[in-house]
Amino acid sequence: MTFRKYLVLAGVTLCASIGDSLLSHGMKQVGNISLSHWTDVILAVLNPSVALGILLLLGFFASYMTALSWADLTYVLPATSLGYVLLTLIAKFFLHEQVTTSRWIGVLLISAGVGFVTQGPALTHPPAKAQPREAAYEPASSRDKG
Amino acid sequence: MKQAYTWSAIAVIVLASTTGDVLLSHAMKQVGDVGALWRQSGLWTVLRRVLRNPTFLLGILAMTMAFYSLLFGLSWGDVSLIAPAAASLTFVTNAIAARIFLHEQVDHRRWLAALLVAGGVVLLAA
Repeated sequence: MTFRKYLVLAGVTLCASIGDSLLSHGMKQVGNISLSHWTDVILAVLNPSVALGILLLLGFFASYMTALSWADLTYVLPATSLGYVLLTLIAKFFLHEQVTTSRWIGVLLISAGVGFVTQGPALTHPPAKAQPREAAYEPASSRDKG
Repeated sequence: MKQAYTWSAIAVIVLASTTGDVLLSHAMKQVGDVGALWRQSGLWTVLRRVLRNPTFLLGILAMTMAFYSLLFGLSWGDVSLIAPAAASLTFVTNAIAARIFLHEQVDHRRWLAALLVAGGVVLLAA
């Protein structure tokens, strides 16, 4: 794991949680959309928060795909679940919402899970059909087993 | 009866998003290290190789199905049950599916991580 790869994982986490917060914030400004006026949902992208939220979710997808190109699914998913923790902290310190004890326990459980998975290797199996010229970039751990 | 609908919606969401995650992960392993490929052959090559990968397109299809079944589910049941239940169960089913289909070595550490995160997500929604 290089610094660059940790940056990609941070990108997955930050884009997902901030993007979701912005979408939620923007859609509350837009207000209820009734089924009879469902086309209003297209106009919702004109709201700056919604537009920025969509942009961040595109960034989330790009960094998620990048992470999956060199790490296991069972590594990427728990490692990036720190976003839930971040959302709780945003709710507490920026939105001044009340965070209950059971939520704080949830935050602790997720943090512990992230700690466990990031101590291990990121890739545990040889890539399916990687072309030879990419083989040089595989982490040493996967070459040993292949 | 309404509960049966809600839980079957949750089951469909979990199944579709697990299928999507497994397919996308498999596809990206076929593409290879995106960062290295980008530095070597440019962004255009990366995009072309990803978008021409049939497994990637199937993965997107499965993710789209998961999204629409979430929308359907939300019209039948509570968001406070469906969203966390589906998110939490997906961590567990992904660990099982990754072991079977992607041959990842899901050791004690990873099982524990998946279960802790799944439990944490449930508590956050409580």
